[in-house]
Order: sequence, then structure tokens, then C-alpha cells
Amino acid sequence: MQEHDMSWVRTEMALAQPAPASVSGPVAWVRRNLIGSVGDTILTILGIVIVAWVLPQVINWAFINAVWTGPDRTVCATVGQGGIQPDGWSGACWAFVNAKFGQFMFGTYPVEERWRPILVAILFVALLVPMLIPRVPRKGLNAILLFLALPVVSFFLLVGGMFGLPHVETSRWGGLLITLSLSFVGIAVSLPLGTVLALGRRSKMPIIKMLCVIFIEAVRGIPLITVLFFVSVMLPLFLPAGVTFDKYLRALIGVSLFAAAYMAEVVRGGLQAIPKGQYEGADSLGLGYWQKMNLIVLPQALKLVIPGIVNTFIGMFKDTSLVLIISMFDLLGIVKQNFSDANWATAQTAKSGLVFAAFVFWLFCFGMSRYSMYTERRLDTGYRR
Amino acid sequence: MASQEILREEPSRGSFVNDPRIRSLFFQTLVVIVLFGSVWWIVQNVIDNLQRLHIASGFGFLKGRAGFDISDTPIAYTSDSTYGRAIIVGLINTIIVAVAGIITATIIGFVIGIGRLSQNWLIQKICTVYVEIFRNIPPLLVIFFWYSGVLAVLPAPRDSYHLPFGSFLNQRGFYFPRAVWGEGSWLILVALVVALAMAWFVARTARQRQMATGQQFPVFWTSVALIVGLPLLAYVLSGFPLSFDLPKQSTFNLTGGFQVKPEFLSLYLALSCYTAAFIAEIVRAGIRGVSKGQTEAAAALGLRSGSILRLVVVPQAMRIVIPPLTSQYLNLTKNSSLAIAIGYPDLTATAGTVLNQTGQAVEGVLIMMIAYLILSLVTSAVMNVVNARMALVER
Repeated sequence: MQEHDMSWVRTEMALAQPAPASVSGPVAWVRRNLIGSVGDTILTILGIVIVAWVLPQVINWAFINAVWTGPDRTVCATVGQGGIQPDGWSGACWAFVNAKFGQFMFGTYPVEERWRPILVAILFVALLVPMLIPRVPRKGLNAILLFLALPVVSFFLLVGGMFGLPHVETSRWGGLLITLSLSFVGIAVSLPLGTVLALGRRSKMPIIKMLCVIFIEAVRGIPLITVLFFVSVMLPLFLPAGVTFDKYLRALIGVSLFAAAYMAEVVRGGLQAIPKGQYEGADSLGLGYWQKMNLIVLPQALKLVIPGIVNTFIGMFKDTSLVLIISMFDLLGIVKQNFSDANWATAQTAKSGLVFAAFVFWLFCFGMSRYSMYTERRLDTGYRR
Repeated sequence: MASQEILREEPSRGSFVNDPRIRSLFFQTLVVIVLFGSVWWIVQNVIDNLQRLHIASGFGFLKGRAGFDISDTPIAYTSDSTYGRAIIVGLINTIIVAVAGIITATIIGFVIGIGRLSQNWLIQKICTVYVEIFRNIPPLLVIFFWYSGVLAVLPAPRDSYHLPFGSFLNQRGFYFPRAVWGEGSWLILVALVVALAMAWFVARTARQRQMATGQQFPVFWTSVALIVGLPLLAYVLSGFPLSFDLPKQSTFNLTGGFQVKPEFLSLYLALSCYTAAFIAEIVRAGIRGVSKGQTEAAAALGLRSGSILRLVVVPQAMRIVIPPLTSQYLNLTKNSSLAIAIGYPDLTATAGTVLNQTGQAVEGVLIMMIAYLILSLVTSAVMNVVNARMALVER
């Protein structure tokens, strides 16, 4: 018998088989991520119980049982409370938010003049959006328009009294208008001021260094409320008799100074992370102090601490709600003020108003934090140590 | 020869305008002059204004009669007490809510932070949702939510919720049994102190013995037995001196027991929930900061997963966690000043009332600032001690 050559060489690639069900696919995913061990299974059951308990309640309250429109409190009150809803009803009273929406946005800004804040908002968005998209050119011009021209134009538009626009006192401003304008000006002021303070803290001049340290540590050691108290009751005492400050301006000063102290510490962190060689390199090129800082050190340092800067912005945005304590009505303040409106007082009013305010705050803060994460990834040029 | 002479000369600076030392001196003198000028101007204005408004100055007002009531008084206080005592009551209230909040926020924060690193997908998502919600809304809003949204719409005292251990929950707060210390109950306290001392001693001896011989000793269970057992023994021996004053339901209100007012409750819950979200992020970053090699090396040495966590991962994670944790504790203490918005009489609220009544704004704000600075410094000092114990001891 002739011996057959049993050796066999495969000439084409084997077809790819799907991975076994025990490693991939939904079943394996569940097995790995939800019921990996006894403890895991118990946790999963616990999680399901939590979700099953919370989620239906939330959805029922916010959507299914919610009242969306209505003229007054009767639509949101149960029969026992003098309304039209069955007893035991619990749902969001979006009708309240709907009816008060104008107030929540503009406070008591005169209705016929509300096109002015709306125009400012449109200008703001029109300048902010190209600023945020990296591909759009002319960033320098854009920044000048956004941080220098826009505040001036907005000031004349919002306050009025010139160019035929009737004057609107800041005491009539309110709602989201105050929240956004306070935090925008606070951001625009606190970043440069904080940077200067941080540079001062690292200065070789002992007196300047000492002053900056005292300012930063004193402000960081006390709550914002105390700072607001300070500017609202002490500033008038500091000025000659008869000179008064607008309350809005006082809040603006308080918030900006407070944020600047925190910003200074964030920027200092960035300055410390820049290797000494960068400073020496700039010196050996013959650059002066401000050239060295503006051209070499700060661009690198600020890039390193973008997350910290945005966190400070978010903190400041949230902190503007505290101006309600010196009786100014930002978004949260005006929502709270409307709880006492007898026309809308029900058991659900407070909860609905607060959830609405929380949602607005959340949108802005969450947006900022996501944008900062995106920028961080984009600017990560690999020098991070 | 000539070139060497030139080299030995001081490098020329052109003119003295460009000499950094002279420039620095000039700018600092300028700053000092401007600063003193404005301080002098402000002081003059303040003196003028105070005289014009007939406001006294100095801290003499602290001895005056306060004349206002405070709802939560941890120490004896009536409206006849002095302004100084009112401010101290406020300070103690601030400390109470800050300490309670710090403890709860730390517990919730650690649970959520570890949950975010869990292998379990569902738990991880739930914890992420919690963190993303609370990090992005203002603390004041959280306080209002608890106060006006949750606690204010609880049932009236007549229809209170009955909770375990004879506690009740209604619009007016949370009621639970109050311990009444009878005669001879000091013995229980003494027993507790003795038990704590013994537990500490046992732990020390066991550690020394393990270092010397390698033999282990069940320190944890011994300590639990001591700390629970000794006071219990003292309780029995001294003839059951401890009794409880249970809250009782009457027609319109609850009587007896210990009442936690809704103002405190909402401030405490809000500060805990809010700060916990930040602590969770810190804990997550801390644990992720311990390299995987450490866990694997510990496993290679034959440690069980519980021991790996306790002996290898946690001590190293704590080093990363403690400094930012300290600043969160400071934030919580400072945020407790939001109490003023719902009428809990903390330091800012009472000092603010005093300030309004006397008109002595300068002194009032000064007292507030100094009190908060001292609280911050004490918290930092305590956390620095903890940090020093945790820090890496290098050879």
C-alpha cells in the first residue's frame, strides 16, 4: 500500500467565528456586570429595588400626574384643599412655572421692555457659540467683542436712560437675568484679577506678596454670605456720606472678589507646575517680567488648570444664588418669593418651582463641566506631568 | 589686560530705571503709600459716618441685653441674656450642624465613591447619577428643597408618621426618645471610658506582639466586647438607672421626647447630600490613584481581598484623599452659613441679628470673620494631624 501523505496545509484563513456566548453578548455582559458573584447579585437586586422604587414615583410626579397649564391654584390642589384634583393626588404643578415663567426669567423688568434682555441674550449666544467652537477663526476679535464690547452694550441696553431707552433700575431686575449677568461679569473679572493675585503671591517683592497672601487667605476662610454682608453693610460706611452704591453693583463686587481669591489659588497651582527651565529660558531670551508671563508662563499654566478654572466658574455660578440673602432676587430667589403668592399656594408649588430652578442650574453647570472635559482633551498636548 | 579690566566691571544696566532692585523698591513704596492713603481715607469716612448716624463703636455692646429669642438653644439662653451669649449660641449651633454634617457626608460620600468604582453596572450608574445631580445644583437650592419641598409638606402632628423605636416624623420635625440619666448613671460613663482605654491598650499590645512574634490577636471583636460589655455590666450593676422619655401623641402636638426641628434637619440633610457628592469624587480619584500593581502584588503575597483593601489600597488612597477632603470639610462649615435662609440660628444668623439691632456693622462682621477663620484653622489643624499620621514615612 502506498502511504498517503497525511500532512495538510491550510491555504486560506479560517472564517471568523462569533465569540462564545460565555464571553461576549448580552448574556455574558449581564453575567459579568450584574451577577458576577453572590455579593454582586445582592447589590444588583438592591439597585433594582432602588430604581423600581424611585423611578416610577419621579416619572409619575413629573410627567404623568403633572398639571401643565391652568389659571390658578385650583388646578394643582386636591378637592380637600379647595381644588379640582382627586384626594391623594401628587403631581408637579408645571402650571405654576408656566404662569410665572416671565418673572423667573426677567424678575419685575417692565414687560414692554423685555425685548432688551432678550436682545442681550441673543447677542451673548451669538458671540459665545463661535467662541466655544475651536474651528471658528478670529478668536481674538471674538474675545474682545465678548468680554469688552458686550458688557458695555449690555449695560446701556439693560440699564437704559440713554438713546431714547427708558431707564430700568437694577432693583427691578431679577430671575435668570441676574443669575447670568452676575456670573458672567464675575467670570470676566475674577479670572484676570485672580491671575494677578496669583502672580503677586509668587512675587519676590515681600510687601506685595504679603498683601496678596492676606487677601487670598482671609477671603477663602470666610463664607460668601459674610462677604456679601460685608459689601452690603460695610461699603456704605467706607464711603463719604451721601455717596451710595447700587445694590446690584455691591453684589457684583462681593461675588467677583470672592471668586478671584479662589481663582488665584487655582492659577497658583498651574504656575507651580511649570518647570523652572521655562522661567529661566524666558529670562535668558531677555524678556521682561510681563512679557515672560504673558508669552511663556501663563499660556502653559492656564492650560494646565482648565479643570480647576471651570470648577471655580461652576462654583461661582451656583454661589450667585446666595444674593437672595441680601434681598436680591436671582432665579432661586424669585422662585422662592413666588411660593408666597396666595394665588398659587398649594402643597406642590414649592417642590415644582424648586425642581424647575434646579433643572436650569443643572443644565448650565453640567454643560460647563462637559465643555471643560472636552477642552481638556483637546488641549492635552502631552506636556502634562 | 584691558579686556580683563572690562570683564571685572559690574555689568552695565544702562540707567537706574532698569535696575530690578530699585524698581522693586519703587513699586513696593508706591503700593504702601496707596494702601495707607486709602485705609486712612476709609477710616476717616467710617468715623464720620458712625458719628453722623450716632452709632457707638467698640465691643461694649456684647454685654447689652439681646432682647430676641433663639429657636435652638444648646446652652441656656433667654431674651434677657447678653448679645455676647447670643453670638456664642449661634457659634455652637454652627459647630453642631457642621460636625453632624461632616460625619454623615463622609459616610455617604465614601459609599457613593466606592459605588462608582463598583464592577456592578447598575450600582455604578446609580452612584454616577447621584453625583452628577448634586454637584451641579446650588447648595441653597438643596436646602430649600428639603425645607419647603419635603419637610414642610409632611403631615400635621396629628397624623405623624410612626417610625421604629418610638420616633415620629411630622411637619414640626423629627421626634425620638430622650435618654433620662437616673442616679448612679455616672458609673456607665466611667465604664465606657475604662473600656475605651482598655481597647486602646489591647490594640497596642496586639500590634507589638504581632511585630515581635507574628502572632495575631482578634483585636476588633475584643474591643467590641469591651466597649459594649463593660457599660452594659455597669448598667446592670448600678440598678438600671437609664430610662427613656418617649414622645407621646396628644390631640394637637407631640409631648416629651427629643425634637429635632425641621430647620436643623433640612440644613443637615442638604449639607450632607451636597458635600457627599464632592467627597465621592475625591474618594474615587483616591482609589484610582493607587496603581493596580499594588493590588496584584498584595494578591501575589497571598492576602485575601478584604485584607488587600484594608492593608494595601486604603492606606495609600487615604494619602491622596485627605488634603482635598479637608477642603470639603471647610466648605461644608462655610456653607452652613446658608442656615440664615431658612431661619436656623447659626453664627451668621445670630450675629446678623445683633448687627441689625445695634447697627455696629464693623464689629459684627469682624466677629463673624474671625469666628469662621478660627473654625477653618481648627479643622485644618485636626486634618493635618490625621494627614501626618497617614503620610508616607520614608527612610
